[in-house]
Amino acid sequence: MTTQASAATTVNDAASSEYLVFSLGEEEYAVDILKVQEIRGYENVTRIANVPDFIKGVTNLRGVIVPIIDLRLKFNLAKVEYGGQTVVIVVNVAERIVGIVVDGVSDVMSLTPDQIKPAPEFGVTLSSDYLNGIGSLDDRMLVLVDIEKLLTHNEMQLIEHTAEHA
Amino acid sequence: MDISDFYDTFFEEAEELLADMERLLLDLDVDDPDIEDLNAIFRAAHSIKGGAGTFGFTVLQETTHLLENLLDHTRRGELNLRRDIVDTFLETKDMLHDQLDAYRNGNEPDADAFERICRVLQQMALEELGQGQAVEAATPAAPEPEPEPEAVDSAPSAESNSQRLAITFVGVGDKDRGLLVEELQHFGQVIAQAGDNERYRIELESAESRDDIEAVLCFIIEPEQLVIEPISAPAVIAETTTSSEPASSGSGGAGDVPPPAATGTAPGTSQADSPKAEPATREKGKSKPAAKPAKGAESSTIRVPVDKVDQIINLVGELIITQSMLEQTASDMDIVSHGPLVNGMNLLQRNARDLQESVMSIRMMPMDYVFSRFPRLVRDLAAKLGKDVELVTEGKSTELDKSLIERIIDPLTHLVRNSLDHGLESPEKRQAAGKSPTGRLTLSAQHQGGNILIEVIDDGAGLNREKILAKAKSNGLAVTDTMSDDDVWQLIFAPGFSTAEQVSDVSGRGVGMDVVKRNIQEMGGHVEILSQPGQGTTTRIVLPLTLAILDGMSIRCGGETFILPLNAVLESLQPQIEDIYSMAGDDQLLKVRDEYLPIITLHQALDVAGAKTEVTEAIAVIVQGEGRRYALMVDDLIGQQQVVVKNLETNYRKVPGISAATILGDGSVALILDIADLHRLDRRKSQQRHEEKRNYLQEVSPA
Repeated sequence: MTTQASAATTVNDAASSEYLVFSLGEEEYAVDILKVQEIRGYENVTRIANVPDFIKGVTNLRGVIVPIIDLRLKFNLAKVEYGGQTVVIVVNVAERIVGIVVDGVSDVMSLTPDQIKPAPEFGVTLSSDYLNGIGSLDDRMLVLVDIEKLLTHNEMQLIEHTAEHA
Repeated sequence: MDISDFYDTFFEEAEELLADMERLLLDLDVDDPDIEDLNAIFRAAHSIKGGAGTFGFTVLQETTHLLENLLDHTRRGELNLRRDIVDTFLETKDMLHDQLDAYRNGNEPDADAFERICRVLQQMALEELGQGQAVEAATPAAPEPEPEPEAVDSAPSAESNSQRLAITFVGVGDKDRGLLVEELQHFGQVIAQAGDNERYRIELESAESRDDIEAVLCFIIEPEQLVIEPISAPAVIAETTTSSEPASSGSGGAGDVPPPAATGTAPGTSQADSPKAEPATREKGKSKPAAKPAKGAESSTIRVPVDKVDQIINLVGELIITQSMLEQTASDMDIVSHGPLVNGMNLLQRNARDLQESVMSIRMMPMDYVFSRFPRLVRDLAAKLGKDVELVTEGKSTELDKSLIERIIDPLTHLVRNSLDHGLESPEKRQAAGKSPTGRLTLSAQHQGGNILIEVIDDGAGLNREKILAKAKSNGLAVTDTMSDDDVWQLIFAPGFSTAEQVSDVSGRGVGMDVVKRNIQEMGGHVEILSQPGQGTTTRIVLPLTLAILDGMSIRCGGETFILPLNAVLESLQPQIEDIYSMAGDDQLLKVRDEYLPIITLHQALDVAGAKTEVTEAIAVIVQGEGRRYALMVDDLIGQQQVVVKNLETNYRKVPGISAATILGDGSVALILDIADLHRLDRRKSQQRHEEKRNYLQEVSPA
C-alpha cells in the first residue's frame, strides 16, 4: 500500500495524497483514492431484513456478495433519491469489500498537508473520529472521511464484533 | 534447488508411511503374522529412516533405526510377537509421529521422550533376543544423537557375509546416476560400473537385500528403470574401473546432500545376522512382486493445495451462473431462427453440469479417512477400561466433502469415547445380562438423499432415562417426568451434562456432548439419539454432502425471492382456515395430519412488504430444522434449482434467519433461509410485538 501511495504522488508534491471527491446532498466529501476499488451504478440490491436502514442490502459484484450502505441515510441527509446519477463507490477496507451509495462522484484531487486542516469537534451524526480532517481548496470545503474507521466502527454494524456474542 | 524444498514431500510421505504402519500393526495377527505385512511394516520404517537420514533429522532417524532392527528380527522369525510387543511398536510409531511434527514445526523433538523410547526398544531387543549382539546393534545409535559415523563404514564391514548383485539402470541420466552410485556405496562395495545412459550396470557387494536397495533407489528413479539381479558366481571379475571415486565426484547436486547415514545396516546387525542372512534374503526376494505395484500407484495421484481446488470450484460456480443467465436469455428466442444457438445452449448446460460434478468430486474424500483412525483408539481405550470391544465399520467408501470430513473427526471421536466409556458394559456385566462378553461398536456411513448419515452404534446398556432426568433436575434444567424419550435424550446435549458416576480421563467431565452438537450444527447438520434400555444406543449424525452447492427450492414472498434448502422441505400445502389454531398471544399452529406445527410467517419475520397477509391465501411449506418441524408461510413456490452457496460473512456479517446467499440466473442475489434461526427470529419478533402492545396498553390505561 505504501509503495503504491508514493508511486501515485511522485508527480505532485511528495507529501500530497489523492482523494476521490463525491457529493452527498449539497456537501462534498472525499475518501483516500487508494481505498477505492471501483465505481459502479446502483442496481439490483437485495434487501436484508432486520438491519439498520442505512444498510441497503447486498449485491452481486462479479460473484462476490457485497453489502451496500447508504451514507446519506447514515448522515441523516434530507434528500435521498435514487436516480441515474446515483453511484456506488466500492471500497476495500479491513480486507472487506463494501459499496457506499453517494449522489455523485465529481473528481480526483491532490491535497498537500497544508491544505488539510484538522477536523473540528463535530456534531452527533458524524463524529470527528471518522475524519482525516477538512480539505480546503480555493473556496471549496471537502470533508475528508476516514472510510476505514467509519465502516469498521461498531455503530455501522457491518462487521460482527465478538463482544456482541459474549 | 535447496534440499529443504523437499522437506514437505518427506513429511507428507512419512506421515502416510506411519499411517500405513499403524494400520498394518493393528491388523497383525500376533500368533501367526503374515510375512508380507511384516515386510511392509519393515519397509515403511526403513523408508522413513532413509529420508530422515537424508534430511539430517537425527533423532527421527535413530528412533526408526532401533525400531527397524527389531522389525527386522521379527520378520526373520527371531523375535516372537506378543501383544505387548505390538503395543510397544505402536507407541514407537506415536513417538515417531511426534518427532515428525516437531521437525515439521522447525523444533527439535523432545529429548527425554527420545531417550525413553530408545531404552524401551533396547531393553526389548535385549530381553527378547537374549543375545548380546542385539544390544550392540542398538547402543551405538542411541546415546549420542549428534553425528552418525557408524553407517559410513558399514560398507567394508559387510563384505564377509554379503552377496553380489548386478544392478542395471535403464535410461538414467548422468546426474541421477551419480546420486544412485553414491547411494549404493552406503549399502556395500561397488565393485564395477560401466555402461551409458541407456543401460548402466553396476556390480555391488552388499549384505542388504535387493528389496531394500530397490526401496531406497526408488526415491530417485522409477521402479521400471531398475533391474536388480543376484550374481551367483562370486568370481565375476570387475570389468573396468573398480573404484567408486569417479561416480561420486561426477554429480553436482549430490554434493549438497548430507550422507544418508545408516541407510544401510549398522555394523552390529549385519554381523549378528550373518548366519541367517541367506534364508532371509530369499524370503525378501519373494515379497518383491507385491511391493512393486504399490510403488507404481504412487505416481497416479497428484498433490494439490486445497485453495487451488477451491478456486476452481468457485470459478465453476461462476460458470454455472453465467450459463443459466445465458439460458434465460436464449429461452426467449425463437427456436426456428436460432436453432443452432438453442442447441449450443443445451450442450453448454450439459457440459457445465458435468464439469461441476467432476470438480466437486475432487473435494470428496472417503469416510475411510475418518474411520481408519478408530481401530487404534478403540483398542487402546478398551484395554484401558478393561472392556472387550469389537469395532465394525460400514460404508468406508462413502464420500464426503473434505472440509466436512475434517470437521467430523472430533465430534465422532467424542461419540466413540462416550460409547466405550458409558455405553458398553464390562464383560462381567454383559455376561450377567445374557449378552456376549464382547461388546460391539459399529461405525457406519451412508448416503440418504442429499445427506450423509453417520451412525455410532453400540450394543451396550442404553441410556438411563431416570438418571438423565434426575441429573437434569439437579442441574436446574426444566424437565418433567412425562417428557418423551426423544426429548430426554436431547438433554444430554445440554452444556455441562454428564451422568457418569465417576469422572474418568476418558469421558464424564460433561464438556463434550454440547460441543458435539454445536460442531455438527455449524456444519449444517444435526444429531439424533435412539436408545433402548439393555439393547444399546445409536447416535445418528445427519450432514449435508457438501457446503459449496445446495439443492434449493426458490420461493417468493412479496416481491422478493428466497431459497430454502431442499433437504429442509418436507411438503407444501394450501392451509384451510379450520386447520389453523391460535395460541396465547399471536402464536399460531397449523394442524397437519394430527400434528400441530408452529407457524412461521416469512413476511413478518423478514419484514417483507406487499406479501399475502391472509394465511389462507398463502402456501404453507412444511420444513424441518434442527429436528423440529415448522409451517413456513410463503406467497408462492417458484421451483427447484441448484445454487452455489456464497458466504455472507466474507464482506458482511451473519444475518439472523439467513444462512448464506446465492446468485440467481438474472445476476441478483437471493438469500438462503436458515429454518431454525428463522424460527428464533420469529419468536423474538413476536415477543417484541407483544411487549409493545402491553406497553401501549399500560400507557393508555394508567392504573
